[in-house]
Amino acid sequence: MNSIIFTAGARLLVALVFVFSLFMLLRGHHLPGGGFIGGLLGAVAFIIYSLACGPEETRRALRVSPEGIAVIGLGIALLAGLVSFFMGDPFFTGQWYWVGGDSYETSAFSINSVLVFDIGVYLVVLGGILSLTFAFEEEA
Amino acid sequence: MNWVLVFPIAVPFVTAVIAYLARNYPAGRWISLAGSVLSLVASAALMAAVLREGVIAAQMSNWDAPFGITLVSDYLSAVMVVITAITGLATAIYALGEIPEQTERLGFYALFQMLIAGVTGAFLTGDLFNLYVWFEVMLIASFSLLVIGGGKERLDAGIKYVALNLVSTLVFLSGIGLLYGVTGTLNMADLRGAVAASDNQGLITVIAMMFMVGFGVKAAVFPLFFWLPASYHTPYFAISAVFAGLLTKVGVYALMRMFTLVFVGDVGFTHEILIWVSLLTMFTGVIGAAAQMDFRKILSFHIISQIGYMTLGLALYTPLALMGGVFYLVHHIIVKANLFFVAGLAQQYAGSTDLNKIGGLYKSAPLLAALFIIPAFSLAGFPPLSGFWAKYLIVKAAIELNMWFVTFVSLLVGLLTIYSMTKIWGYAFWKPHPEGYDPTPDRAPPRVTAAMITPIAGLAAMTIIIGFFPEPFVQFAQTAAAQLLDPTDYVTTVLGEQP
Repeated sequence: MNSIIFTAGARLLVALVFVFSLFMLLRGHHLPGGGFIGGLLGAVAFIIYSLACGPEETRRALRVSPEGIAVIGLGIALLAGLVSFFMGDPFFTGQWYWVGGDSYETSAFSINSVLVFDIGVYLVVLGGILSLTFAFEEEA
Repeated sequence: MNWVLVFPIAVPFVTAVIAYLARNYPAGRWISLAGSVLSLVASAALMAAVLREGVIAAQMSNWDAPFGITLVSDYLSAVMVVITAITGLATAIYALGEIPEQTERLGFYALFQMLIAGVTGAFLTGDLFNLYVWFEVMLIASFSLLVIGGGKERLDAGIKYVALNLVSTLVFLSGIGLLYGVTGTLNMADLRGAVAASDNQGLITVIAMMFMVGFGVKAAVFPLFFWLPASYHTPYFAISAVFAGLLTKVGVYALMRMFTLVFVGDVGFTHEILIWVSLLTMFTGVIGAAAQMDFRKILSFHIISQIGYMTLGLALYTPLALMGGVFYLVHHIIVKANLFFVAGLAQQYAGSTDLNKIGGLYKSAPLLAALFIIPAFSLAGFPPLSGFWAKYLIVKAAIELNMWFVTFVSLLVGLLTIYSMTKIWGYAFWKPHPEGYDPTPDRAPPRVTAAMITPIAGLAAMTIIIGFFPEPFVQFAQTAAAQLLDPTDYVTTVLGEQP
């Protein structure tokens, strides 16, 4: 597709969708959102980019191969689950550290293993969807 | 908490991640091998814990059953996990010899470890939806492994494989949905009570049949087996060995679990169907094998026929029959994986798996011939190898129930199995090579041959050990069968003491 309107519009859209995907990732767990939805949106951003500029250009923009992203995401998700081993809890038990309080209502923000898991999921979904679409695009 | 239940799943997953990142380096294959050794250690620890405590369970994420995901292991799960790890290790060694470098670069070892993780997860989960997820993990990994390395034939086999397995998972998923609608729970232990208490027993039986179809496709029972011989003869031998050993057994395991734990309300109906399905599976499988002239195709059809014996053990539904079924399951994984390994080495030596094109292996590779005889005759049920005890238990159970037709078919299928095994023996090993030369064992570098013959020898040794000292294994199978028939311990361990 060689439409100058689309290519110009895509630049705006890609940045917007990608930021929104990060927003969805970070607001997850307590509010609607999370790694899976975020990852899908992130993939959409890169798919728009690859429609505008072609898959090779998108691969260059990604720097890491989509399969690599997915596998690294899997590793991060596993690590998040294994953290609870050192805390003496069952696998995948969320570990929470509240900053400025002791619960969701009172604290300013929290550092937790759930977000790490969500980041892992985000990367798995992003990488998985992108490797699929690239396979289709590069075939044609 | 019970981390012993987590490690057999987590270790192959972590190995898969590291092996993928190291796929371009020779270190990748050693990481895979080390991961398989670690898996074996982890599953041995699980086995030790189960032997000590009977049934163990762990609630993931600290969400109590029936709300969270439960991992649970009784004797049957534990032995399946251990045998998975053993097969995994044998395959990891075998792959060192067989898998070419460009396939390694595509992430072969990562996919392989993912497959092992999926199989182990399916054996350990106590949650029906989680079981579905593990099925999907296995399906994705196995499809990729089936087509990896390319080629028209492999892609053709892969499409058939994935299409039919998708249908099966869909039926399974619909069954899960209906079951959740009727009972409001998917925890297997919780389902036992909820299904029994349901006032819509007719619908429960319908759901049970959906599960039977879903798992039946996975297990390759009559008449749903046609995907298996269409796909198992094309991939790398290491892969077809692991498929032949493990994948269908997950279906059998799931059948055994669901039809002893949950769907026991109408045994007269469901298990009667299973008896006929089993008999037809045994018979069609062995007849199909008789018609084939390819090493791996014969073995593929024999998987089907042997699956029939295992489901027959479940269908007869007596302590002795179930014990035979469990024993058969374990024995068959070892023997079948080994036969595919032998087929791979035979191809390495003689250049083909087509029985018309090869021959003379007995003369040029007597060691391989000896190592073929052990699993082949064990499969056919020759005393004193492991297959004899497995068949003996099933047949004895049938005789005790005065089911003479079942007894007759089991013995007849055993006889026909010998026919196919002697056919392979005659064509591949005894008859001279059709092109007049002796197949040379040194076609491949010695390192390759060593990597391929080590797992064959190891698994053959296990077959002999089970054959000559069956006592502890039979006792183990007896306890496993007793736990299956009376899952009180299983239910209370998962749900806690009920008031």
